[in-house]
Amino acid sequence: MPETLVLDRSGLASILSELRARDYLLVGPTIQQEAIGYGPIDSLDDLPQGWTNVQSPGASHLERRDDERLFGYVVGPHSWKKYLMPNEVVIWRGERTDTGFETVPPEPAPAYALFGVRPCEVAAIAVQDAVFMPTDRVYRERREAAFIVAVNCTQAGANCFCTSMGTGPAVGEDAVFDIAFTEVDRNGTLAYLVEAGSDDGAAVLQTVVGAEPASDADLAMLESVLQEAAASVTKTMDTDGIHDLMLANLRNGYWEDVGGRCLACTNCTMVCPTCFCNTVEDTMTLDGTTAERTRKWDSCFSIDFSYIHGGPLRMTPEARYRQWLTHKLATWFDQYGTSGCVGCGRCITWCPVGIDLTAEVAALRRVDARQGLSVPLPEVMA
Amino acid sequence: MAHAAAVATKPKLAVYKFASCDGCQLSLLDAEDALLDVAGAVHIANFLEASREVVPGPYDVSLVEGSITTPHDAERIKQVRAESKFLVVIGACATAGGIQALRNWKDVDSFTSIVYANPQYIETLQTSTPISYHVPVDFELRGCPISKEQLIEVVAAFLQGRRPNIPTYSVCVECKARGTACVMVGAGTPCLGPVTQAGCGALCPAYDRGCYGCFGPMESPNTEALEMWWRELGVSDRDIVDAFRSFNAWAEPFREASDRVEARLTVTGVTE
Repeated sequence: MPETLVLDRSGLASILSELRARDYLLVGPTIQQEAIGYGPIDSLDDLPQGWTNVQSPGASHLERRDDERLFGYVVGPHSWKKYLMPNEVVIWRGERTDTGFETVPPEPAPAYALFGVRPCEVAAIAVQDAVFMPTDRVYRERREAAFIVAVNCTQAGANCFCTSMGTGPAVGEDAVFDIAFTEVDRNGTLAYLVEAGSDDGAAVLQTVVGAEPASDADLAMLESVLQEAAASVTKTMDTDGIHDLMLANLRNGYWEDVGGRCLACTNCTMVCPTCFCNTVEDTMTLDGTTAERTRKWDSCFSIDFSYIHGGPLRMTPEARYRQWLTHKLATWFDQYGTSGCVGCGRCITWCPVGIDLTAEVAALRRVDARQGLSVPLPEVMA
Repeated sequence: MAHAAAVATKPKLAVYKFASCDGCQLSLLDAEDALLDVAGAVHIANFLEASREVVPGPYDVSLVEGSITTPHDAERIKQVRAESKFLVVIGACATAGGIQALRNWKDVDSFTSIVYANPQYIETLQTSTPISYHVPVDFELRGCPISKEQLIEVVAAFLQGRRPNIPTYSVCVECKARGTACVMVGAGTPCLGPVTQAGCGALCPAYDRGCYGCFGPMESPNTEALEMWWRELGVSDRDIVDAFRSFNAWAEPFREASDRVEARLTVTGVTE
């Protein structure tokens, strides 16, 4: 069991100073356009102190808290993939020479310190690690350079269901991070119970001034705070046999119902911290001297994404929704040995028409084909 | 020398205007540094907005702005097509009929009789229609106005013999790519982004405004689902009709959506 330290606000701030001294680019939660997103930070003063986000399917707004917590909110529309798997990366560049062409070496990967990574997001990064680390240079370089400071959740949003997915509200035993902490009210003052998760994390914590070891009373309080947080999660998803449920219902007429509501706008996949689909674009300057291959985020909800020799495989929104949900909850296990969903609830909040995958899974269970309850699928998808 | 030979055989570019405001062809002049690259890569042979000099056709690439609103233009576009190897239509007027397609729901003679002292001299069609209604087109570049970056991409792609990188997915992709929080989810602002094609870089939502649909319908627009959610947000049916009837009013999915909601207005007896 790693040692737990108690820091005050200045102690927490000194973690940021140390990370800056180690040349990390500091990024963390900030208020952006009526939401809490992730962006560059200089100090704790840039965090959404005293704010919270109130969410429901298809809606989110900010409210003042009656305290000055730095982390009194849940995840917003951004995820850390914007730093580890950025939307637009040049993966190859060539320049014309007198005799042919030469490739221009890629820019070195930036080293980010991700400050304020929620437990479900730590789990999401582990999911993307399984996808990208073996094969993808861009992700691997950024991931190996990154320093992860996780923060446990002390409250749930209305769309959070981490407890169903086993990813929160506290970082798990096997979670991979450098430092993790919990913001607690200790005798009327905000304090931070901190532990290291890696050698790098331990080295950074050694530089912190004013740290004291947590007492038994502190540890007992920490446990009860995290238990309360878990109890505050109201949304659930029944994952029992979910892999087989999805695959046994590929031809269920239920998909037409959700397809009628789905905008195929891609928002769920863009905000999802594990969705990794991407496309490459080849471009050349007008004078023909420079050619580039750029990788960009794409989505299984776009028609072009499944375009293969002569036509797209998934013409209808219901076919695309089915693809997304069955991949997340079933075939992801077959590919990567883990769920593709971590229960962060972003796809529920940021769906412009409030489609809630936990409600969709529950609806599918009610018409499970194996119980003889399904209606036939329209011909276009059969 | 290879370089000199390339200059001598530079592809010829023409730019034409039909019923439009000139904004889209001005995007080419407004392309700043890229304009010099274009001028270096092609021979701008016919572009009256930029030069009086007109080199006769045929042309390798013709950019056509504007919609067809007169019998004369309906004939002229056939000549343009005949002279052009690739015909690329640019902007909401050329791809969807433009804002002037609002006439398609009205009686044009009643307008001309009010506006002109001698309406008998006015020779106009009852409709404003996209170029593709009249001649085959090779590519439609959306937008009101078009994006100059997309224009340069299309010109480069045709010159280099490759497919243009012009995505047909929704504006939402561009919002999320630039990190804009959704204005509809975050502030309850009605937004056409989920049913509108990307290309503008999600400009309006980045400034806390809903999308106006300048780039026309995305590849699979579910206008009905969006319309239901707008009603939840308190938008009136009249305003929903008006939102779909703007620069791309005559584009089929937007036209069907506005007709569908307007039919409900008539049924319920609500007018303005």
